[in-house]
Parts: sequence; structure tokens; C-alpha cells
Amino acid sequence: MADETRAASAPEGGGSASRPEGRSDRGGDRGGPRGPRPGGGPGGSREGGRKYFRRKKVCKFCVEKIEAVNYKDVRLLVQFVAESGKITPRRLTGVCTPHQRRLSKAIKQARNIALLPFAGRAQ
Amino acid sequence: MNRSYEVMFIVRPDMVDEDLNKLISTLESSVTGAGGTAKSEVWGKRRLAYKVAKFNDGIFVLMMIEGIGATVHEVERRLRVTEQVIKFITVRTDEELKRLEKVKKLRDAKKKTSAVPAAAPAPVTPEAAAPTTA
Repeated sequence: MADETRAASAPEGGGSASRPEGRSDRGGDRGGPRGPRPGGGPGGSREGGRKYFRRKKVCKFCVEKIEAVNYKDVRLLVQFVAESGKITPRRLTGVCTPHQRRLSKAIKQARNIALLPFAGRAQ
Repeated sequence: MNRSYEVMFIVRPDMVDEDLNKLISTLESSVTGAGGTAKSEVWGKRRLAYKVAKFNDGIFVLMMIEGIGATVHEVERRLRVTEQVIKFITVRTDEELKRLEKVKKLRDAKKKTSAVPAAAPAPVTPEAAAPTTA
């Protein structure tokens, strides 16, 4: 539930630039209107209600078929690192578990070789 | 039973090209001497994400090595001894490469079967492919 309020302001480091088109084509074949997330609850009945329609987040790596998550690909990795240098959680980016596992490993390797910062923005 | 590794290392930004080439060739010869193969590429000067040994940038070099673990250990030892090298990382890549190959094969097979029938089942394939890659 916590992610619902945060997701609204979330797309900060989440690679939001390339996601929208991926979302829409995925949403089509997923079978009908799948607006609220599974854990989203009844929505409208709650106080305030659902003010906007939120699409289901999908894994960027699955959609674009990026299999190799490599520590050398800094451009890809920075999309999943918050400004503070933290790895963005799955619930914000929508990356699937296996890919998040590889991603976090790659980010940690990149940090080790000074391609990504441990904390803060790269100078 | 050879494995493949990637050794990436950073040398001081003020290192001369000559010295760098010499360093790389000695490293490569130590690998080939131990019965492995090595390939290097110099990425050139890059900004570091954080300060390393009081340097803000460094010259990145990537070395692909095929061989046994002992050869990589030897390369690592040499890197540690060399003072111009300020940071290095070793990553084993053969298992990942194997996995990628498998995924690719699977995908090609899927493509072939789906290309023959009609265009209708085509959109389903990405869905079907997803769990197998997982």
C-alpha cells in the first residue's frame, strides 16, 4: 500500500523515459483492462478514492528483451539508480525478480569499479 | 575446461600511452604464457564516480581472458603490484555467456515456429518467452 502514494511521484530514476510505449503494448495482450494492481484493493471505496488510472508496471528487461545486464553498461544501470545512488526498489520500477537480481549485482559491480557512485551523484 | 573472465582495471590518468601499452602487453604475455588467451581494449580516460587514490579520473582498460583460475590470479597479482593501477575488478563471464546463448537459442526456436503458422499467435510469444527467461 505504501507504494501507491509514492508511485505517483516515483518515476524519478526509474527509466520512465522508455517505458510508456512498452507498457501499452504489454497491457494489450495481457487480457483486458487490468487497471488496479493485484494488491491494489477495492480502490474506489476508500476515502478519497482512486483519482487516476495507473497502468500496470512491467519489467523493462522483459519487454525490451534485454537479457544481458552488464556492469559495463552504465547508461542502462543509471536508470535504476536513484539520485542518492541507491538501487531503486522493484516496486517502483516494476522490474521482475530475476532481472532485479541481475541488475542489482551489476550495479554493485559497477560501483566497485567506480563506474557508479556508492552514494550521491557521480561528480 | 577453460573459463572466461573479464578483468577491468583503472590506471592513473597521467600514465603515458607507451607505459600503458607495455603494461598491457606484459599482462597479455603472462596469460598466453600460461596457456590462455587474452584480448584487451582500452576505454580511454573516463571520469570516476568517486575519488580513487585522490584521482578524479582514470584510464579504463578491459581485458578478456580465457584460461584457468591460476592465470587470472597471476594477472591480479601483477595488477596489485603495479603502482599505476588504482583499481581493478574481475568478473567471471563464462556462465553468463552460456546462459545468454541458451536464451538466444530458445528464442530463435520460438521465432521459427511462430513465423510459420499465422500472424495471430505471434503476439503471444513474448508472453510465452518471459517465464523461460526468468
